[in-house]
Amino acid sequence: MSTPPVFPHRHLLGIEGLSPADITTLLDMADRAVEVSRLVEKKKTTLRGRTQINLFFESSTRTQSSFELAGKRLGADVMNMSVASSSIKKGETLIDTAMTLNAMRPDLIVVRHHAAGAVQLLARKVDCSVINAGDGAHEHPTQALLDALTIRRNKGDIRGLVVAICGDILHSRVARSNIILLNALGAEVRAIGPTTLLPAGLDRMGCKVFTSMREGLRGADIVMMLRLQRERMNGSFVPSVKEYFHFYGLDAEKLAHAKPDALVMHPGPMNRGVEIASDIADGAQSLIREQVEMGVAVRMAVLEALASNLPNG
Amino acid sequence: MTEPRPIIIRNANLVDPASGRQEHGHLIVVAGLIADLGPGIDVSVPPKGVRVIDAGGMTLAPGLIDLRAFVGEPGAEHRETLASAGRAAAAGGVTTVVCMPDTDPPVDDPAVVDFLIRRARDTAAVRMLPAAALTKGLHGAEMTEIGLLQAAGAAYFTDGAKALADPLVMRRALTYARDFDALIVQHVEEPRLAGGVMNEGELASRLGLPGIPREAETLMLERDLRLVRLTRGRYHAAMISCADSVDIMRAAKKAGLPVTCGVSINSLALNENDIGPYRTFLKLSPPLRHEDDRMAVVAGLAEGVIDVIVSDHDPQDVETKRQTFAESANGAIGLQTMLSVGLRLVHSGQIELVPLLRAMSTRPAEILGLPQGRLQVGAPADLILFDPEEPYVLDPASLHSICKNTPFDEARLQGVVHMTMVGGRVVHEA
Repeated sequence: MSTPPVFPHRHLLGIEGLSPADITTLLDMADRAVEVSRLVEKKKTTLRGRTQINLFFESSTRTQSSFELAGKRLGADVMNMSVASSSIKKGETLIDTAMTLNAMRPDLIVVRHHAAGAVQLLARKVDCSVINAGDGAHEHPTQALLDALTIRRNKGDIRGLVVAICGDILHSRVARSNIILLNALGAEVRAIGPTTLLPAGLDRMGCKVFTSMREGLRGADIVMMLRLQRERMNGSFVPSVKEYFHFYGLDAEKLAHAKPDALVMHPGPMNRGVEIASDIADGAQSLIREQVEMGVAVRMAVLEALASNLPNG
Repeated sequence: MTEPRPIIIRNANLVDPASGRQEHGHLIVVAGLIADLGPGIDVSVPPKGVRVIDAGGMTLAPGLIDLRAFVGEPGAEHRETLASAGRAAAAGGVTTVVCMPDTDPPVDDPAVVDFLIRRARDTAAVRMLPAAALTKGLHGAEMTEIGLLQAAGAAYFTDGAKALADPLVMRRALTYARDFDALIVQHVEEPRLAGGVMNEGELASRLGLPGIPREAETLMLERDLRLVRLTRGRYHAAMISCADSVDIMRAAKKAGLPVTCGVSINSLALNENDIGPYRTFLKLSPPLRHEDDRMAVVAGLAEGVIDVIVSDHDPQDVETKRQTFAESANGAIGLQTMLSVGLRLVHSGQIELVPLLRAMSTRPAEILGLPQGRLQVGAPADLILFDPEEPYVLDPASLHSICKNTPFDEARLQGVVHMTMVGGRVVHEA
């Protein structure tokens, strides 16, 4: 007699499509992974004999090393493949690379790509489980999960919390995944930014939209800052770094509009003095370093959940 | 070429979109022209040597005229040739195809027009009319030899998939073309606003894809119409895709400007939701819009504000379509399916059969000044016989185009073309 799978999905391509129960399952597993990671002996054997390939078409330090550590702590053989996007012919190589890797019979492939939908495309071509580590401006599900885990461990429950996501939402996969996840778990989600950095139809995606930090942060429990890419700072989307920081950079004055016990998050890497002041990033209300620790735990949980559905799992 | 023998098509549902006449009857073809037609003519004793086709009550209509197809010859014969496009057209009931100048080399020289006309005559089953580039090299800077190209046989002038963005060049081209009564056709899209890859809106935001606002289209359309008012040059907007453009065109026509416009069969039948999980075969230019826009262009067509339906046939191969959505090329093939996709609108009660066929035959003929596109005595016998009800499931393997990038693969469609005739010659029978 077989029991139904704990996590009924073959891939993790996005938060979209996950039920609240799926999300909670992953967060509960991640809580247990945090305990493992805090032991001296961090090694588990859940993924012994399994092969995990990290295929990164876009450079990443933190996400890639986080997935690598997570796989290794679970006993998998982890291989990193960084494909500098300048040296490949885009797209065609994505599928060709996928087919080539598939022939090596990996069990799990972790993919980051600069184009939205690229990970779905790849998942259709391989036989193993695929984890989206960020596709263009579409989704970054493990980031949203680690953010949720961090919030849950600090606030107890996500339901009813007011979460303000601030900055460049237009180009942010982190924002999209977070908006979907936080709505699924019953938070009130706000989006704050200059309108040039807000996607069309955002108000219909489960957000209250604000263009003023003061108004948007009022009564917020969580302030989630987003990175502003350098090429978008000088006249294309916002006039200058100076102006952006003045109106949207998180400093003590703006943070004072949120609840006194509000917590500050950032997916990294941070631009200090652009979207966040240094003293806030390093201050008592900041969860930024804890987010990194939770990143490893969440990725362990995701790998374990998917591996339990693999053949001979 | 020997003259085709006379043909009698009997027992057909004659549909002439030019006059609006629909009646049961017969049609006689002699010397490549329609010699007689109607319910009263006597076809009981056909003369010797005459081929008799019994239509079995099927619909006999003028062959379709498609004002916009990308063929790929010369330069991209691996995607489509005049011969393969001609087979697709014949099977789809399209008897006249205007091919776009976006070739390699582009059609910006009378010698290329001449080459295409000869090559099509020798290899293609249907009539292929080359459109010439509006600017040299399609670069948007200097106008082509409009007079000489027209004399060589160019159907009209356009930069094809590219919009002519420079207002000064557009003004001069419209002014100069007027002296030759040449038609200028524009891909109405302001390139600076069209940096995205699908319709701008909630869906694009959810998919994380950059959007193209409707204003990319309406801005260019309104600018061009102002220049038409200034110059009085003949102007045709190749494809409009949104509700606002229908309003803009209605007002321009009411003001008496010499303007017409088209719509892609895809914009009539599909909306942005059909893109689903990043289906690159539905990445098109103009992009598929919201359902409200689709309904508005269908209404604009029924009203006559939109003059013609085009296939916007654009073969793309695995190299250009098996990519991520943002990186894949625009375009879908459509010659072989445009009639049955159009009939989908008829079967669902969105438009009547006669206005549909008018926008696919009579109106494009009128815009180009062609004698075909009508069932009338003396008109060329470019005819199609089809069963508008007959259902089928589209098997990509049945497509004659070299590329199979159809948005309708595995779709349930209705309307099968059983016979296509060009100039009195049967070029397709099924």
